[in-house]
Amino acid sequence: MKVYTLADYAGMDTEPEILFWVGCAGSFDPRAQKITQSLVKILHHAGIKYAVLGNEESCTGDPARRSGNEFIFQMMALQNIEVLNMYKVNKIVTACPHCFNTLKNEYPELGGNYDVVHHTTLIQQLIDEGKISIEGGAFQGKTIAYHDSCYLGRVNNIYEAPRDILNKLDGDLKEAPRNRTKGFCCGAGGAQVFKEEENSTTDTKVNHERVGELLETKPDIIAANCPYCILMMNDGIKAKGKDEDVMVYDISELIVQANKW
Amino acid sequence: MVQQIIFLALLGLVSFLAFKSYRHIYKSIMLGKGMVISGDSGARWKNVFLVAFGQKKMFTRFIPAMLHLFIYVAFLFTQIELVEIIIDGVLGRHRFFASALGGLYTLIINSIEFLSLGALISTIIFLWRRNMLKVPRLVMPEMKGWPTLDANYILIAEIVLITAIFTMNGCDSLLQKLDPSHYPDTGHLAISSIVGNVFFAGLSESTLHFLERAGWWLHIIVVFGFLLYLPISKHLHILLAFPNVFYAKLTSRGEMSNMPEIMNEVKSMMGLGDAGEEEPPMTEELPDFGCKDIFDLSWKNILDAYTCTECGRCSSVCPASQTGKKLSPRKVMMDIRDRTTEVAAALKEKNYDKTAYDDGKSLFDYISEEELFACTTCNACVEACPVMINPLEPILELRRYKILTESAGPGDWLPMFTALENTGSVWQMPNERFDWAKPLEEAEEG
Repeated sequence: MKVYTLADYAGMDTEPEILFWVGCAGSFDPRAQKITQSLVKILHHAGIKYAVLGNEESCTGDPARRSGNEFIFQMMALQNIEVLNMYKVNKIVTACPHCFNTLKNEYPELGGNYDVVHHTTLIQQLIDEGKISIEGGAFQGKTIAYHDSCYLGRVNNIYEAPRDILNKLDGDLKEAPRNRTKGFCCGAGGAQVFKEEENSTTDTKVNHERVGELLETKPDIIAANCPYCILMMNDGIKAKGKDEDVMVYDISELIVQANKW
Repeated sequence: MVQQIIFLALLGLVSFLAFKSYRHIYKSIMLGKGMVISGDSGARWKNVFLVAFGQKKMFTRFIPAMLHLFIYVAFLFTQIELVEIIIDGVLGRHRFFASALGGLYTLIINSIEFLSLGALISTIIFLWRRNMLKVPRLVMPEMKGWPTLDANYILIAEIVLITAIFTMNGCDSLLQKLDPSHYPDTGHLAISSIVGNVFFAGLSESTLHFLERAGWWLHIIVVFGFLLYLPISKHLHILLAFPNVFYAKLTSRGEMSNMPEIMNEVKSMMGLGDAGEEEPPMTEELPDFGCKDIFDLSWKNILDAYTCTECGRCSSVCPASQTGKKLSPRKVMMDIRDRTTEVAAALKEKNYDKTAYDDGKSLFDYISEEELFACTTCNACVEACPVMINPLEPILELRRYKILTESAGPGDWLPMFTALENTGSVWQMPNERFDWAKPLEEAEEG
């Protein structure tokens, strides 16, 4: 499967329909790379003409901005916007809610105006349009607990698209006790994932708290929509010694598994 | 006549003191940075109607929302009676509206009585929740001392107020039969006729008259006291919730405020500067970025702080607070208010002129780095606030000061900053960004 960049397309007579924004986690983290590869497979099977930026992509700047480092945020953002505008990008899909939020809500003020969708929204559309279908069987008898990421859910009000997709799998979808607007953070946002947590009077980590709550639903699978949530969940599950019993997947990975792509 | 004079004197004094202290609150809030809040007044009024007036966000927690609703609606309705009390007090009349409104008056007073009974029950349950049940969000560390006293004072004052209303109306219902010329017919009052018969039946007419007056005066004194107490209390939310909701941010939660001065600096560094834009002279001292003290916050941030009624819904959903970290969004709002109160008190004599104000302190004497850097920016606090306070905004502005102006903050972040500057990625990696595609391409070849 050949993945084309916008630079590749520039040398062809045709233009891609959509840019797949991969993000740092999706590019470098071995676990998150699997999510990137899954989304590529989905786009491929749906017959969507997509491209990536490849080595021309940088961090959107979200963790820099939220840590308080506006200088580095502006450096990242302005550089990305220059590249995106040079290629006349209109539509972007990304599997990272943090990239999604910054591209969608923060780039316009800096001169970057794009139609940005999160991959769960796009996947739901592809299913609705009949461009991809979900084979039954893979998740029969499995319990799937869904975790709302903050930046898709509370920040951007997307609660239903991921659930609609999960409901199409033949597993049993379970809600966490705290879900939707009350969804509990995995602990990664605001650049927390890049530092140790502050001291806790109860010696509790945010991801352990969240994983504990999700495990109450006795899931076989925890489904999420954010590579950083997935890193935090995996870490929490390992700490609780449950990594043999419970798997954490991105929604795109579940589609790929169902269809054995 | 004597009562009339005393009432007028008291009304004048209270009005004067109230004007002074509410003006002080206004000036305190305006110590924040000037900023124009505009855009879609339709959406803003809709928020006022649904969220402030309609209490929409309260109902994510049904039981406290219902209890609060009783007190709130009783408070709104009682204003009708309060207007009558003021008219009666000024004109030396008794139940001015009774003869004018007839049957409608009976309906209004009966409604107020039922709502007051509901409010009384709610108030007692609230006292119990705070002091006996100790609902976790109501007994967190920042609630020790004054905040807990403040909350209890208000609840106790509420009980005194309702007792006064029922004493007044209970005695009145008996006096209407004994002295109809002075006590106009209010129609049958369901609750106070029972109160009258149970507590006051058999008392002499002069005792009843005294108790009725005592209830009337106690009612208005509690109201006046309440009016003057509000500016130093968390209870100011009953007034400020409305403007605070009106001015709440309408744009996406996900958009942090842009810093144009840094954007322009970076643009000129990258050679993207708009033509004709002058570069700042190199000798100029580096400006401060972010917020260090209340003067750097927007007036809306300070309005948020004065609107906060310390219910703690924010902290009860905060991932940091809930996992034993020092950060509590409610405390941040309380700290901003406390610091503003401190500064405003010092500036009162200087006509609130904030130029060159320096007491050697700042918000960082109230809020520590440990608190600021524990925030995951998950927006749970923003979502939870029933009066649309945004605790996240000041937290992030204070972070900006620490990182940009002081170059402080967690050392763990330095490798991330360096990696971003050098490689454009959050991790410094030996491989290339696009390497993730290799297995896909190899799979095809293989």
